[in-house]
Amino acid sequence: MKHFDVIVVGGGHAGAEAAAAAARMGARVALVSMRRDRIGVMSCNPAIGGLGKGHLVREIDALDGIMGLAADEAGIQYRLLNRRKGPAVQGPRVQADRKLYREAILRLLEQQQGLELIEGEVVDLVEEAGRIGGVDLASGDRLSAGAVVLTAGTFLNGVIHIGDVRRSGGREGDTASIRLGERLRSYDFARGRLKTGTPARLDGRTINWSILDAQPGDDAPVMMSFANRSPKVRQISCGITHTNERTHDIVRRNLSLSAMYGGHIEGVGPRYCPSIEDKVVRFADKSEHQIFLEPEGLDDDTVYPNGISSSLPAEVQEAYIRSIRGLEVVRIIQPGYAIEYDYFDPQALSPGLETAVPGLYFAGQINGTTGYEEAAAQGLVAGSSAAAQVLGRERLRFTRRDSYIGVMLDDLRARGVTEPYRMFTSRAEFRLHLRADNADQRLTEKGFAAGLVKESRRAAFSAKMSAVNALRLNLEEIKVLPAEMRAAGLAAGKDGSRRSLLEVLSYPDVTWDKIYALAPQAESVDPAIRDQVWCDALYAQYLDRQENDAAGLTRHADTPIPGEIDYRALPGLSTELATKLDRLRPASLRDAEGIEGMTPAALILVLAHCRKAEKARAAHG
Amino acid sequence: MGDTIFALASARGKAGVAVFRVSGPMAVAAVGQLCDVPMLRGLRRLVWGEVLDEALVLRFSEGASFTGEEVVELQVHGSVAVIRAVSGALLELGLRPAEAGEFTRRALENGRLDLAQVEGLADLVEAETEAQRRQALRVFSGAIGMRAEGWRAKLIRAAALIEATIDFADEDVPVDVTPEVLELIESLREELSAEIAGSVVAERVRDGFEVAILGAPNAGKSTLLNALAGREAAITSDVAGTTRDVIEVRMDLGGLAVTLLDTAGLRETMDRVEAIGVARALERADRADLRVFLLAEPGEALMMAPRAGDIVVLGKGDLRGEGISGLTGQGVDDLIGQIRAALEERVAAAGVMTRARHRHAMEAALGALEIAENRVRVAGAELIAEDLRQAGRALDVLVGRVDVENLLDEIFSSFCIGK
Repeated sequence: MKHFDVIVVGGGHAGAEAAAAAARMGARVALVSMRRDRIGVMSCNPAIGGLGKGHLVREIDALDGIMGLAADEAGIQYRLLNRRKGPAVQGPRVQADRKLYREAILRLLEQQQGLELIEGEVVDLVEEAGRIGGVDLASGDRLSAGAVVLTAGTFLNGVIHIGDVRRSGGREGDTASIRLGERLRSYDFARGRLKTGTPARLDGRTINWSILDAQPGDDAPVMMSFANRSPKVRQISCGITHTNERTHDIVRRNLSLSAMYGGHIEGVGPRYCPSIEDKVVRFADKSEHQIFLEPEGLDDDTVYPNGISSSLPAEVQEAYIRSIRGLEVVRIIQPGYAIEYDYFDPQALSPGLETAVPGLYFAGQINGTTGYEEAAAQGLVAGSSAAAQVLGRERLRFTRRDSYIGVMLDDLRARGVTEPYRMFTSRAEFRLHLRADNADQRLTEKGFAAGLVKESRRAAFSAKMSAVNALRLNLEEIKVLPAEMRAAGLAAGKDGSRRSLLEVLSYPDVTWDKIYALAPQAESVDPAIRDQVWCDALYAQYLDRQENDAAGLTRHADTPIPGEIDYRALPGLSTELATKLDRLRPASLRDAEGIEGMTPAALILVLAHCRKAEKARAAHG
Repeated sequence: MGDTIFALASARGKAGVAVFRVSGPMAVAAVGQLCDVPMLRGLRRLVWGEVLDEALVLRFSEGASFTGEEVVELQVHGSVAVIRAVSGALLELGLRPAEAGEFTRRALENGRLDLAQVEGLADLVEAETEAQRRQALRVFSGAIGMRAEGWRAKLIRAAALIEATIDFADEDVPVDVTPEVLELIESLREELSAEIAGSVVAERVRDGFEVAILGAPNAGKSTLLNALAGREAAITSDVAGTTRDVIEVRMDLGGLAVTLLDTAGLRETMDRVEAIGVARALERADRADLRVFLLAEPGEALMMAPRAGDIVVLGKGDLRGEGISGLTGQGVDDLIGQIRAALEERVAAAGVMTRARHRHAMEAALGALEIAENRVRVAGAELIAEDLRQAGRALDVLVGRVDVENLLDEIFSSFCIGK
């Protein structure tokens, strides 16, 4: 019997990141997946990042994770979403070559010290003295470990629908995995059912590209990883086309044949990723819907038509797709389908994604989320937490104030899910602070302290920060008069007071060219460093305000909250918050502050109670 | 849910009927043990060792009661002995005497009332005049919550428009949401401004209007005050400068709570104490809601000039035959009518917001909206979104929260998201 510290089950995005994170922590890790060549497969759209999601990728990268690195190895089209809006809401996104991405992930995992990739099928979990002690493989081998991270995706009751044709999408029907299903059922975790869909895949050689608009990537591509500066492979464009009234007619006429509308599906689907059936029904007044035609790879003719996922019968899909401009004679490689699956209620998870069964961690779709990035981020959390537990170290903690990862963990634990959970920037109350550009500032040091970030990564970050701080200090020290500002072509106020160039930098419409006139030394600084200084300056005043809101409380952030506190008995606390606090049981005021919906007033109440309890204890000596 | 509590809901002391209220998970079980027949609706005999009293027992089921919990009310005979005996029995049944305001707090916690409604309830209990009663009832029935809900809906809409352009930049959402956002902010600002203006008056209805009586020494101000109050509230004499400090009399003036201020006679004086009195008179009159100028002579000029809406009357009517006299009551009813009319005109503009707390919340929201409006054309969407969040947080103070799920609901129901 082989022994490991952590076993990760599943080689999807959650599994890959979990295994890599646990190994970086110094644990001996096994990643068990059915097929080595399926590790890191992008099962839906061939893209990584986007709004909220790009933020997650940067956070994973800031913690030395692998998703951003692999995405850059495979990046064939870079677009920084919201380029014309402020940096807080800009999301890096890349279209990735499926094969290159898979290969990059595999390579990164193979190179990771302390990580062993094992091909095999996990058929059961091993329980020892009330905690998980390993897994049994179909081969009859047993692997033992201090913790197991299960990233089973749509394993549970997965059912694929194409029209009224349905087949099992998970492995649960296989005799070999019945035991694992029964084992999970025996834990009696609360479950729900979700669904998601994917569009048909098209043969790019049969698309009439010449009559379609092309969408190229950005002129100045922004990489997914902090470690990279430019694309590694050839860059391509996507095509753009639209549905039309004829398309909608075909869909409408055949609605009853759709798995979803024919009543074959009970799961709840995501509202942000509606099928074409949904779009036609819910937005009947729209005469067209945009479709992005995304090539899946440099030497792959498969095209992913983003925007027309469907569970209509294959022949109906062909009819409506062929009604679309440029796709008149397109060949469908594989029809679109809807998949239904079970998830476990994430409200029962610990902040480190441990289940109620000690040593068993869940990450990814099994927790009700959707998306590669959400899965990978959870993988990182579960993998690093599991390793910390086995190694007897402090686990890396996340809060709503420091990361999108913290937002996601708190959302999942505090609210659970009602539709597949996806990250949006609007979920983050501290959005101006939680930016893709400063993910390293927020997390790298912290990750290093927890043992998750390697020395090389930290050194690169430190070098970057010294350059950033040097320029920032420099600009802060240079104070200019309104007259000097006007001479440099900058708008100046009338009050005649001196302003630091750092402050001037945050004004609207200020460009570096104008700053150079007042601080020539800035011109020779690395543009990436200049950008970083600018981003930080831009939101400084808002962040100060938010800090002030919290300032009175930060002094008490480490105040421990007694475990026996009865939140429901705290006068003035809303039932909603009391219920949340009661369930999540934050250990300190800092943890409480990170809970979604927590208000300063409520925190003060909790603080006051802690004080009272402390005094009472002191009085009783 | 907490433990089961009870309290005497009616006033203490001897009365025809006394009402006990019992609330909590054990309410029905506990009172059931006390009644001769456990069906808790009707006339029952309360038995605890011996028969304590006959009581009318009313049961309110969970979700339909004042607190939202199981509630039983006992109407017993209002004697001190009965109250003591029933209290003792309830205690022995393991129930806990309620703390002050605990029933209301439970109603709040169980979502039966929002915070503003609780305030309305407190005002309703305290209401002394008709206008106060009407206003408090309006607040208690949820008028503030309804108003705030309307604003919330608009705020969510505006925020959703902005957020849609941020989070779904790549999708088929309208590119320029500015006109609708501006329109929403503009209408919110107008409504908030109007409500803020109205809240000042509403607060007055709640706390009482201040009406200052001004005039030269010996013009008969104190006599008039006493006539208006119907009692000897102020010392009167024919010595000029009898009143030195400001004397306040609280009264119900045709349904409005009014505090009448009798002030020192206005004149230049060398007497240091009197001078302080005069300064005080001017200061209080300045802040008062309405001033009544009692002239000793027609056309007399005083140290303070009447403002628009103020009332000017000629005094010493008993000597002059015309004008007003506190001594004989001549013209006093007419003056009351004038004061009432002047105040009622203002009350007509009263908003539903009755407290300074409400006004501060609205002012904070208004401030954030003004910043947002100025920014819409020049700054990034993420900053406008931040301002709208601030406005939302300010309105949170009035009712529930602007929740991100509400935002996403609005976005998904309005736009076709999902390429």
